[in-house]
Amino acid sequence: MMILRSLRRQPMHGYALVQHIKQRSNDLLQVEEGSLYPALQRMLRDNLVKAEWEISASNRKVRTYRITPAGVKHLEHEVSSFEQMLKGINLVLSPADS
Amino acid sequence: MQWLKQLFTRRQIYSDLSDEIQQHLAEKIAALVADGMSPKEAAYTARREFGNVTGIEESGREAWTWPRAESILSDVKFAIRKLKKSPGFATTAVLTLALGIGANVVVSSVLNGLILRPLDVPEPASLFQVVHGKDFFNTQSYRDYLDYRDRDPSFSGMLAYGFMRAGLRAGKTAVQGWGHAVSGNYFDVLGVQPAFGHFFHAADEHGPASAPYIVLSYDFWRLHFDSNPHVLGETIELNQHPFTVIGVARKDFHGTEVFFVADYWIPLVNESQVTGFEDLPYRDHYAFTVLGRLKPGVTPQQATHSLNALAAQMAKEDPKDDGLTALVRKPGPAGDEQDPTKKALLGILLLAILVLLASCANLASIFAARATDRGGELAIRLAIGASRWMILRQLLTEAVIVSIVGAAVGSFFARLLLGALSQLQIYGDVPTHFMILPDARVYLAALALAIASGILFGLLPARQVWKTDVVQAIKTGCLETESFQRFALRDVLLAVQIVVCTLLVTASLVSVRGLILALHVPLAFQPEQVTLAQADLRTVGYSGEQALPVQKRLLDAAASIPGVSAAAVSDGVPFLGGAGWFVYRWGTTEFLPSHRAFGAYSFLVTPNYLNAAGTRLLAGRDFTWHDDGGSPRVAIVNQTFAHKLYGDKPPVGQRFALWATAKYEVIGVVEDGKYGSVNEDPQPAMFIPLAQGVGEVMSTSATILIRSRLPQDQIAAALRQKLAAIEPGAPFTLRSWADAIDLSMITTRAAVTALGVMGLLAAMLAVTGVFGMASYSVSKRMKEQGIRMALGAQPVDILRSTLHRPLLLLIGGSCLGLLGGVLTSSLWAHLVSFATPRDPLVLAGVLFVMTLLGFMATWVPARRALGIDPARLLRE
Repeated sequence: MMILRSLRRQPMHGYALVQHIKQRSNDLLQVEEGSLYPALQRMLRDNLVKAEWEISASNRKVRTYRITPAGVKHLEHEVSSFEQMLKGINLVLSPADS
Repeated sequence: MQWLKQLFTRRQIYSDLSDEIQQHLAEKIAALVADGMSPKEAAYTARREFGNVTGIEESGREAWTWPRAESILSDVKFAIRKLKKSPGFATTAVLTLALGIGANVVVSSVLNGLILRPLDVPEPASLFQVVHGKDFFNTQSYRDYLDYRDRDPSFSGMLAYGFMRAGLRAGKTAVQGWGHAVSGNYFDVLGVQPAFGHFFHAADEHGPASAPYIVLSYDFWRLHFDSNPHVLGETIELNQHPFTVIGVARKDFHGTEVFFVADYWIPLVNESQVTGFEDLPYRDHYAFTVLGRLKPGVTPQQATHSLNALAAQMAKEDPKDDGLTALVRKPGPAGDEQDPTKKALLGILLLAILVLLASCANLASIFAARATDRGGELAIRLAIGASRWMILRQLLTEAVIVSIVGAAVGSFFARLLLGALSQLQIYGDVPTHFMILPDARVYLAALALAIASGILFGLLPARQVWKTDVVQAIKTGCLETESFQRFALRDVLLAVQIVVCTLLVTASLVSVRGLILALHVPLAFQPEQVTLAQADLRTVGYSGEQALPVQKRLLDAAASIPGVSAAAVSDGVPFLGGAGWFVYRWGTTEFLPSHRAFGAYSFLVTPNYLNAAGTRLLAGRDFTWHDDGGSPRVAIVNQTFAHKLYGDKPPVGQRFALWATAKYEVIGVVEDGKYGSVNEDPQPAMFIPLAQGVGEVMSTSATILIRSRLPQDQIAAALRQKLAAIEPGAPFTLRSWADAIDLSMITTRAAVTALGVMGLLAAMLAVTGVFGMASYSVSKRMKEQGIRMALGAQPVDILRSTLHRPLLLLIGGSCLGLLGGVLTSSLWAHLVSFATPRDPLVLAGVLFVMTLLGFMATWVPARRALGIDPARLLRE
């Protein structure tokens, strides 16, 4: 979800994606950088993102990921169901008005 | 299709992934170095923060793998391990299925090779045969062919061919060869190309004897001309008439017949030069097979319609075509509804399918027993969380593996058998080929059939798995906890097996009985102790008029051999040659098709033939040497001939005609016999003096018959020596008449063997089935029987209670099968003549065999039941 959200803002390659997520989360989410790649592979398989080799601004050959229309749709669906879940959790956790 | 694409692009995906990861690391290191880290430290940090590179690559790759495939693979591995652990079960199941599949592969390959396979020519689908519509002639006269070819618009090309045999000589090579005399357009209509040289064309024909060209078959050229490429342009003498070799056909072109392989092809206009037969001028002389290529869009029905309109027109123009009709159908046995080989093969195929059914029933009960035995294991697997679907999938995998292996084993042995069969040469020196080796289609069908039956019958026990009560099953270690008294699936399977077995045993016995009867059919001649020497004197250059003195000299020489009690010469003998003519009543002036009385076998014979052949003369006299060209024409006819033409009037002294210059007086009557095959209906036949010939036709064929009590090889050697002294170049074939007749019955024997083998297979399956059932029943109730024995049950009670079910099934199934056999007896008539399942001897035989089988199958279980030691059993 985070990956798709980031890619929706702008296409990026793997390293940039990691840096982006780290920054955005204010380093709260400490995950292995590598674990991003299996996730990207699954998204590639499910046609949620596309990847192409390009030359980056820093003049490196990088593989840039772009979100596909299917990815956008998936993201919207995920976000809404995540919000639903969050709402549910909030309701349960909020002090009972007894 | 997505997954398929992925399958092929996977390698690229994987390398992209690892490149990308390397690139990520490089960028990270660069960033860290820019932050002031040493390169070594940076590399280390980068790796640490990234995580396990190999592990990540692997889990990235996993996104692309096909989890279902992997799990199927593990199912397969597990099934193979399981099967290996119970080799007895695996072997029985595989062999059972292999029997059924093997039988079907053999029969369907033969059917495919002989009947269904199209001719080896380009676009066989548009090639059709033109046969007579109403009468049963499959051949046409040359004049009718020309009219059909030139005046009918439905065909883009139409060809004709006939069979011929001739002596070929080129330099030192001298051989007998069978070939086709074909119309000039033969190769062009077929659309075949020569291996080298060229073929002749329609433009090469300019009337009789205008195209002395010969095309050799590839195999004939290789065998007799040592694959000599300079054979083109050489002269080959056919019965001493020169022909120029202009081409050699391709290796895979064998002509346009299913069985017959042509050694050579010559233009039809040159045929009479070689054979001496005037086949071309007569409209009512049906000597040629006619094939045509239909124009695109024209159906066979339309072509039949159009040809019939033309035939009616032709009949108006020439009364000899009176009543002519045409039918356009697929060439060869494929299109012939009446073809006996086809009918027999279809019948045998039906029985082969029955064998498969029996083996499937057996397979199902084997699987059912196995599922029951594995009850404990399956129950534990269910208990620890395997879904029923997973268990089912496991059983299914096993069934499919058994099917595939069974199909492979069955096909392998079928292939061996067919390989041996295809080498058969059953028509004496006539070149034949049996292209009956299974092709890919047959193998695929076998595999599909095996898998289908494996799944279908392997899954019958799945019901058991579905309804399992896990707790109960673990307790007893057995899936089938319902009472054994219930009418179970196994009973149905066994009953099916017994019915099928009875049917097949009936079929075998009927066919064996038929063969025995056929061997004792009165032939009206005694072939035992008769040796035959056959040759066509035309192959050494004699014409019809010159042949008679030679035939007389040969006869005198043969008769002078010591120990020969009778000798004669004829143009052919029953089962080996002879001709047929249409017979007309005396007084017929116009010899038109509508005036024909019937067609009759004809044999040209010397005096004393009847004696040598052992045919009884019922009235009148035998021929003498005075019945020659100068004296009135006379004939001896058989009873059927006499009855058909003269009714109850005494035939001796009556007359008949074959055509205007061939009119005969009957001087004798002989008994009815068999002339072409043992199962033919009574046929009219006539015997005519060799010295008179039929009308103007004198025969150059010489069949020398000698009857002697001496051993056959001794007499054959003496005969060969005598004949060689008179006519050294003549290619005489020597054989015993009895052997030749045996050979002519080879198809009947093959059918009997096939049916016998299937009966045996079915019997084996039934015995194992009944045996399994009986043993199962005994072992299941061992304890109960022990108690009953202890309480004083007599052995006969024990037997009754354990074996009554299998025996009941056996008796009921046999009765059903026998009833089925009797009800379908009209079907058997296609397979065997002379015998039907209604034959009391056959009925008794079937009952006896089934009783014997039942006895065999229940003997061991019965012994076991009786051998129960109640004391020991109860202690356990």
